[in-house]
Amino acid sequence: MTPATNAAKPPIPEPILSAKDVNAYFNAFHAVRGVSLDVEPNSVTALIGPSGCGKSTFLRTLNRLHEEIPGARFEGEVTLEGENIYGRGMDPVQVRRKIGMVFQKPNPFPSLSIYENVVVGLTLAGVKDRRLLDETAERALKHSALWDEVKDKLRAPGTSLSGGQQQRLCIARALAVKPPVILMDEPTSALDPISTARIEELLGELKKEVTVVIVTHNMQQAARCSDRTAFFFMGELVEYDRSTRLFTNPQDKRTEQYITGRFG
Amino acid sequence: MTFQDVYAKLDARRTIVNRLMLGLLGLASLVAILPLVFVLYYVVHRGIQGLNLSFFTQLPKPVGETGGGLGNAVLGTLVLVGLGSAVGVPIGIASGVFLSEFKRSRFAPWLRSAVELLAGVPSIILGIFAYAVLVVPLHGFSAAAGALALAIILIPTVAKTTEEVLKLVPDHIREAGLGLGLPRWKVILRIVVYGSRSGILTGVMLGVARISGESAPLLFTALNSQYWPRGLLAPISSLPVQIYTYAISPFDDWTQLAWTGSMVLVLFVLVANLLMRAILGGKKA
Ligand SMILES: Nc1ncnc2c1ncn2[C@@H]1O[C@H](COP(=O)(O)OP(=O)(O)OP(=O)(O)O)[C@@H](O)[C@H]1O
Ligand SMILES: [Mg+2]
Repeated sequence: MTPATNAAKPPIPEPILSAKDVNAYFNAFHAVRGVSLDVEPNSVTALIGPSGCGKSTFLRTLNRLHEEIPGARFEGEVTLEGENIYGRGMDPVQVRRKIGMVFQKPNPFPSLSIYENVVVGLTLAGVKDRRLLDETAERALKHSALWDEVKDKLRAPGTSLSGGQQQRLCIARALAVKPPVILMDEPTSALDPISTARIEELLGELKKEVTVVIVTHNMQQAARCSDRTAFFFMGELVEYDRSTRLFTNPQDKRTEQYITGRFG
Repeated sequence: MTFQDVYAKLDARRTIVNRLMLGLLGLASLVAILPLVFVLYYVVHRGIQGLNLSFFTQLPKPVGETGGGLGNAVLGTLVLVGLGSAVGVPIGIASGVFLSEFKRSRFAPWLRSAVELLAGVPSIILGIFAYAVLVVPLHGFSAAAGALALAIILIPTVAKTTEEVLKLVPDHIREAGLGLGLPRWKVILRIVVYGSRSGILTGVMLGVARISGESAPLLFTALNSQYWPRGLLAPISSLPVQIYTYAISPFDDWTQLAWTGSMVLVLFVLVANLLMRAILGGKKA
């Protein structure tokens, strides 16, 4: 069933995140079909493919957000650092604290300040130590390359920032809870070219400390910013390889057709 | 005729229509505001003469004696509205949150129909309900029954506005909360509801303003009383009922008290509204 090109090349000896034969459904609709994919620690992995091929759905199975949709169903196994996140007794809330997410549309929480937005994952988990919160906020904002722009107006509403700044705020918010893995679903598709470039730069910085899995429609972006790229087509993982190789020397006909712009 | 000519003609027409429509809008706004201005002016004009400290501190005097006030009615309205809100607001907000955040639950359509029906029931009928469940079994009119009637009037208003306000929060905000590793109840209460608190409070304010002026459902629940409030199980006076009683009385000083009572009631609602707006407006900016 699984095509030969599906396996990671070269194999990843100690993946931080590993999906095994993942199937995802919306009621009877089979959206993700038997996807197995290993993610290398401290890397950026890009998921590409035509619209509707199941990239977002697959991504959302990786932090158990898929199951929040009514009628959604999941089969398979996903391990984070060797532990099955769908295992018995695993709490999705705990899983999501370790696997953060950044969405397509910047979505700072309404009527929270910039500062409150960044540390909300901690404050709502009961952290009260001001020093710790202040340090975390500064670190996360510096890490997401937003600190210099907002350090004088941390009390301003998060929604008062520009779209690109809001998206970096959302990245800071995800970073603040220190997840080892961050998933990003087309984080730049609602942004202007300059904001996009800033976030692309950021990816290179981020991977020193976290592992990033990013869905993108922008093939230049995938080629520029990712270490590995996975090409999805009609719910299946068609090809998964080092980005340098996948974009220059695709093994599958469909991959080649897609990256040369012949469909999708 | 060239294109330029056609466009010039169209532009001239568009400008005129534009001005005309703007004028009509202005006129409509004026017509909408006018009653408010007139009511305020007239009520204050007639009411201000009777306004003094004893209005708030004294009981009504029997016919023939001069002076006296509506202190018991002012206090009674505060008690009834406070008690009704204390019961109605939490239930209303909780219902609204349920309708918005658990709309797929099997119970939601029932609750929604109930809320919509309740919103459409005339307040006097809700008074009859309170009469049947509290006045009849307890063998007497009571503040508690009045407060219950007001609470029931408040619930659908608050529930509907809460639901509408929460529905404006896009789903991806909720997903972002879940994605941070927050449990669903915290996402709902601390992010969705907290983020919408100004909208919810506006709904609460409108509801409270409405029940402050209700008289019909109080007529056969709280009834009226010439004394200071004497507990929740005794009849209690309220401004709307007292105004009703005194306004139709043939005595001049009673009618004056009714006017002053009306002024106090209207100003209370107005000031509460403006205060709330000022507080929330300041927060939002
Ligand atoms: N909530 C849902 N209910 C039912 N079907 C859904 C739902 N979300 C997605 N689908 C279906 O699942 C399939 C995969 O959707 P998905 O969102 O994963 O695609 P995608 O690759 O992310 O596309 P895009 O690039 O447009 O974001 C699509 O056919 C879509 O119609
Ligand atoms: Mg998608």
